[in-house]
Amino acid sequence: MKALVPHLAVLVALAAMGFLLPPYHHGMMARVLVMAVFAIGYNIAFGYTGLLSLGHALHFCAGMMACGIAMREGVAAGPALMLGLAAGGVTALATGLLALRTAGVSFMIVTLMFAQAFHLALLYYGGFTGGDEGFPLPGAARRLFGLDLTQAGPRYAVALVLFGLVLLAQWGLVSSRFGRSLIAMRENEERSRMLGYNPFTTKLAALVISGLCAGIAGAAYGVLFGYVGASFGTTQYSILPMLYVLLGGAGTTLGPLLGAGLMAWLIDAASGLTDSPLAVIGVTLIGLVVFAPRGILGTLRQRGQKWLP
Amino acid sequence: MGTGPLLLLATLEGTVMAAVLALAAVGLSLTFGVMRVVNVAHGEFYMMGAVLAWAVAQAVPSAPLGFVAALLIAPPLVAALAWVTDTTLLKRLNYDPESTIVATIGLSYLLQQGALSFFGPDARPVAAPFSLRLQFPWFGYSGYKLFVVLAALLVLGAVWLFLRRSKAGLVMRATQVDRNTARAFGINVDRVYAGTFALGAGLAALAAVLVVPISQAHYLMGHDPLLLSFIVVIIGGLGSLRGTLIAALIIGLADGILSMLYPPTLAKIVATLVVALVLVFRPQGLFGAPAR
Repeated sequence: MKALVPHLAVLVALAAMGFLLPPYHHGMMARVLVMAVFAIGYNIAFGYTGLLSLGHALHFCAGMMACGIAMREGVAAGPALMLGLAAGGVTALATGLLALRTAGVSFMIVTLMFAQAFHLALLYYGGFTGGDEGFPLPGAARRLFGLDLTQAGPRYAVALVLFGLVLLAQWGLVSSRFGRSLIAMRENEERSRMLGYNPFTTKLAALVISGLCAGIAGAAYGVLFGYVGASFGTTQYSILPMLYVLLGGAGTTLGPLLGAGLMAWLIDAASGLTDSPLAVIGVTLIGLVVFAPRGILGTLRQRGQKWLP
Repeated sequence: MGTGPLLLLATLEGTVMAAVLALAAVGLSLTFGVMRVVNVAHGEFYMMGAVLAWAVAQAVPSAPLGFVAALLIAPPLVAALAWVTDTTLLKRLNYDPESTIVATIGLSYLLQQGALSFFGPDARPVAAPFSLRLQFPWFGYSGYKLFVVLAALLVLGAVWLFLRRSKAGLVMRATQVDRNTARAFGINVDRVYAGTFALGAGLAALAAVLVVPISQAHYLMGHDPLLLSFIVVIIGGLGSLRGTLIAALIIGLADGILSMLYPPTLAKIVATLVVALVLVFRPQGLFGAPAR
């Protein structure tokens, strides 16, 4: 239970930021929180189970499109969000059933190809999905529990509540017996198979949970910021959660948030130097793989800060 | 135009496509075969070849000379860049397959941004070295495109001879079979890896220089060739050179013919799904031998 303290401290700090931040950073932080939910999903697959997927944009964008199209057809925001959650889980189950027959580099390429095919399909059926341009969600429909999500305050609050729930769920998951079997898959699949765990179903479950997080993150992104589109299904949105997790520290519960926050700040700070975030992302990726493959929190934990969750 | 001439045109276009694709994919296949790493920045090396070709052609006043200069200068420059990448980046990662993918993703973003900053967002043409037009009874066809096919065949033949007949090719194949034994026999494996990576990138750049008079240089142009090279290499069997060539021919022709009859996006969706399913159900590729 000791690990509850840092989690609650982070959530309290985030809540305080909601009152203190100036408007520009307020909106940015809400975005960071939603992307951190996405990254937590990625962390469960990559950080804890060792599944390096290059196709998580598929689940993120599936959640976003399901939610957005439902709302366009008149469904209220709450049920639409649940549809997004389900879409993330279902796509993860479908692709996982096939992709998990491979491992390592093949797994990366197969997931990448599935995400690519999904993105192309969104473009192909552009008449229904809005294609690359996407479509805005009407402000009147963006209401949840009576909160008007076009306003900055409620938007931040909803993002924070979602993030808090997912963060605590992640902590509960990884400290459970099932969470330990995920880590066993990452560390030594053969040995855990010998001990009686089924690697296929365990990894599939991890992928589905990961997809659920990605789906709800995508749906929330659409509802909170009022826009959905196929551009969220490009490879870049598969790379971003990987980048956040690698930066913050794979296999640490708070790493995804740290990575997402730091990256947003880095890109914002570098916008004076370059006109595009691509170079910043590229340099960070290379730097991380070469100098700090464990990320920030992972390196700290390795250097004696054993209490880090 | 009737169906017959249309089909002829599609086949011609498909052959040109297949030739360029084979060159680009052989580079990717070589790096995977010998080094066992997947180079995601391969498409960006291709793009660099095209962009450098434009830069060189700008500097040389006459059009045919500019193209020849680009052909001679751009691929070695890209190969040198790849050599540096290998020795400073990939070697430090110990050629770990997963880290290499992440690092080359980073590299591809960097190269894209570099090209955008120095080259700009516009597509730029390079003049073809000659403007011969072959007149068929139904339509005229660019002689330069047929030259591309011929040049690609020559280069592929040279690569084949290099791998089969030269000492360096023998050393490369030895490293591919077993790098530890190769090292025990006194082969400088680090140098072989750097050379292979440079050769692969150089071939991609060469393909791009050849294609630039047809389709212009653009900083995002590396995306499609990367995807298609992936498809070719995987369908042909990872690391199998013969499989890569056969697959390039099939996919180039199929792409040329199908995109005449169906929307190109639909063809791409089908192709990517086929690749994923081939990797899942027949990981050795359609033409590769089962893994030992």
